[in-house]
Amino acid sequence: MSKKRYPRLFGILPFLGMLFLSGCNWTLLDPKGQVGIEQKNLILIATGLMLLVVIPVILMTIAFAWKYRASNKAANYTPDWSHSTKIEVAVWTIPVLIIIALGYVTYKTTHSLDPYRPLDSDVKPVQIDVVALDWKWLFIYPEQGIATVNKIVFPANTPVNFRVTSDAVMNSFFIPGLGGQIYAMAGMTTKLHLIANEKGEFDGISANYSGAGFTGMKFKAIATSQADFDAWVNEVKQSPKQLEAAEYEALAKPSENNPVALYGAAPADFFQTIVDKYEGMKRGKPVHHEKEASKEVAAVQEVDTSMHSAAGAEE
Amino acid sequence: MFGKLSLDAIPYHEPIVMVTIAMIALGGIALIGAITYFRKWTYLWTEWLTSVDHKKIGVMYIIVAMVMLLRGFADAIMMRTQLAMATGGGEGYLPPEHYDQIFTAHGVIMIIFMAMPFFTGLMNIVLPLQIGARDVAFPFLNSLSFWLLVSGVALVNISLGVGEFAKTGWVAYPPLAGIQYSPGVGVDYYIWALQISGLGTTLTGVNFLATVLKMRAPGMKLMDMPIFTWTCTWANILIVASFPILTATLALLTVDRYLDFHIFTNELGGNPMMYVNLFWAWGHPEVYILILPAFGVFSEVISTFTGKRLFGHKSMIYASGAISVLGFGVWLHHFFTMGSGASVNTFFGLATMLISIPTGVKLFNWLFTIYQGRLRFTAPVCWTLGFMITFSIGGMTGVLLAVPGADFVLHNSLFVIAHFHNVIIGGAVFGYIAGFAFWFPKAFGFTLNEKWGKAAFWFWISGFYVAFMPLYALGFMGMTRRLNSSTNPAWEPYLYVAVIGAVLILFGIACQLIQLYVSIRDRKQNMDVTGDPWNAHTLEWSTSSPPPFYNFATLPVNAGLDAFTEAKRDGSAYKAPAKYSAIHMPNNTATGVWMGALITVFGFAMIWHIWWLVVASLVGTIAVFVAHAARDDQGYMVPAEEVARIEGERLKAMGLATGSPVHGARVESFERV
Repeated sequence: MSKKRYPRLFGILPFLGMLFLSGCNWTLLDPKGQVGIEQKNLILIATGLMLLVVIPVILMTIAFAWKYRASNKAANYTPDWSHSTKIEVAVWTIPVLIIIALGYVTYKTTHSLDPYRPLDSDVKPVQIDVVALDWKWLFIYPEQGIATVNKIVFPANTPVNFRVTSDAVMNSFFIPGLGGQIYAMAGMTTKLHLIANEKGEFDGISANYSGAGFTGMKFKAIATSQADFDAWVNEVKQSPKQLEAAEYEALAKPSENNPVALYGAAPADFFQTIVDKYEGMKRGKPVHHEKEASKEVAAVQEVDTSMHSAAGAEE
Repeated sequence: MFGKLSLDAIPYHEPIVMVTIAMIALGGIALIGAITYFRKWTYLWTEWLTSVDHKKIGVMYIIVAMVMLLRGFADAIMMRTQLAMATGGGEGYLPPEHYDQIFTAHGVIMIIFMAMPFFTGLMNIVLPLQIGARDVAFPFLNSLSFWLLVSGVALVNISLGVGEFAKTGWVAYPPLAGIQYSPGVGVDYYIWALQISGLGTTLTGVNFLATVLKMRAPGMKLMDMPIFTWTCTWANILIVASFPILTATLALLTVDRYLDFHIFTNELGGNPMMYVNLFWAWGHPEVYILILPAFGVFSEVISTFTGKRLFGHKSMIYASGAISVLGFGVWLHHFFTMGSGASVNTFFGLATMLISIPTGVKLFNWLFTIYQGRLRFTAPVCWTLGFMITFSIGGMTGVLLAVPGADFVLHNSLFVIAHFHNVIIGGAVFGYIAGFAFWFPKAFGFTLNEKWGKAAFWFWISGFYVAFMPLYALGFMGMTRRLNSSTNPAWEPYLYVAVIGAVLILFGIACQLIQLYVSIRDRKQNMDVTGDPWNAHTLEWSTSSPPPFYNFATLPVNAGLDAFTEAKRDGSAYKAPAKYSAIHMPNNTATGVWMGALITVFGFAMIWHIWWLVVASLVGTIAVFVAHAARDDQGYMVPAEEVARIEGERLKAMGLATGSPVHGARVESFERV
């Protein structure tokens, strides 16, 4: 294996040119979804604001170091000059002003780009429930009653509402071509709202290291037309596999680089069942042992939701 | 009898590991052989290992830091080559279970066992001298702190050959770090290595805070302390405030793993988000603990080599304080993507940005120190200028990550890796290396070779840019951290370029080793007879290089700002006092060595569940300490004649037996223009 790779290391030079020409590969700077576009604009605005002070500092460093080099006896030398109220005021004020501007932008965008905020659109959103497993993604379409592994399809120009949880360790659900990510955590539900502005196939990844199979924990996100989406849903519905307890238990076992799988039928409340599995283990609740858990989850669906954690995501 | 430990714990099947172990073993045997051959064991034991002299402890800290820099860098180069080879469907040469240990070890080693001891070592050597003290407040405690660090280092390195290291990333988030998903001993090595060395760090913080509060030379005001001492003091305040959080968090993770608690796992009401919050409540102040002393080094270097006072000394102190205080209120920016809601994210985003204000002030103050100065381009100055440019970029990308909307796409990507290497290499490491070159003559009595020092600088800085600028780009291309292979052809050229950068840094490290060799070889030509090779401002340069073990024959009185510059001007420098007095000094003690050794055994026994050994080593540790505490050791007096003899020799070497003012040329250079 390594013998085959070494010549590639020597072929670096042609790539150097590519580095500067391959801007179109910079997924985050060429997003295809509204959320991603706004995040890209935010990155550019924030960077621009900071360059207002960073570029002068870099230039001043070079200019001052050169002008006041020891060999330049023509330059002024004031060994004891160490205070100037004017300069002090200026050096505190300039960063303060930049940060006020940046702070304003941050305040506005943190609210407008809050991943929990539903997107403004006249089109009815598609709901997709996401479950991170060791090491694959399970997707449930509660309205369509279908489920998939490592692949999602949804119509372009339609908001997609994701509910995200994990039935293993922490992961982060991320489609870089469309916009920001959100953590997937066991026993908790996080939310993410995305939209694709055009048709296309996007890479989906886990952005939070989750163990040995992490690198292969990828999926495809495909934005199509509404008609193609409907056709795809019907196709999945023909799939003989059904997502039920035993099938899920087998799926949840650790496995790497899973192929796409399609489930013709999945209970609409399957996502909540997975979240509630951990709810049943909270203090004051009966403790379920692994074997009984799948039987009893149904019974604890109506859990007391007043026990919200203050630390982060909704439980 | 041996708990979980058996011969299976040795990774025979991993040739890379076995070769490494063989090389370490050979190196160790060669070292032990050499010490025996040259009959240096007694010298090593009495003069170094059992020493409570802050200068010697400082040197030992830096030796540990440099050895661990090599270990951590070896990890880095393995990761970079793995990612350059594992392209286009290839798997590279490191299987995931090995690769995952390497990136975890790299992070832990570089932060806890390279950067921390490097900073602690510089602080040990310099801080007591800067405030005109004869030692730290608690010399034995200082020795113990060092040996606790060595204990942590030992455990991390043992994990290479016995068992495994954590495969969780250096943050070790549960539930991945919990017993269910990490049943091996890797996380236990992580826990005990960090727990034991973290204890040492807390004690160091206490010790040096007591030192600056109680041990300053008579009449020295707090606001007149040199800026490096001040930045270290802020770092120590952060240590004392934040390391107990780490200790508690690791203790909770320990009971989770050992006693089936579920504090950080979902069962029985636990919550992993709690760990993430606690970890970063320590983890974020920790990065300011690393960077603030480096800021102090740059301030000393710039004000020395421009032949000027530091611009805005007070402003610098307040700015460092602001960074320290604000640094405690920003931890959540490490996980904006956890779903805390817009208002919480806004608060932590804005709090993070506030830190860039005092940091910006510091950059401007360094600029205005250079302004109207006479800048000598020595190696420490090269590192400082390189830092000012590089850190500006790293600071900018850091603030960008503090904008939650931007962080949602950049979080956990290689952009983050590029950012924190930008500020840790371009900030902390450059600072430590500058400080190393700056104070090396103070510690050893001769200056370092400038040519090799500058060569190291140019390799390091070019290597940094070539290695990490592609990582910024890869972040924008959607490449996450901790991947063990490249799955996108567009990433490949950038990964290849990054390897070149790592190799350039390797050359930089090689230049530093050559620099050490050349400097030691040519030391006779580069002796620092005066104790003040750079014409500097502060008290550490007023004593000889290396300083006598008691630091100052007579304690400086009423030392103000830039005390040594003032002394050189008014002619009081280098003058023998009317008479010498006897000096009270602490005795050396082996207690630190024994406690460190026993705690290492304790940690190892905990890791492998060897319960009888746990009890035995713990009882032993306590017994050694009680025996130490029960001794009536009042230290000893250095007779006045002995002090007079040592000082006389120094003045004679300088040709100054009369104590007349010296350095006409130097004093002249400070005349008002």
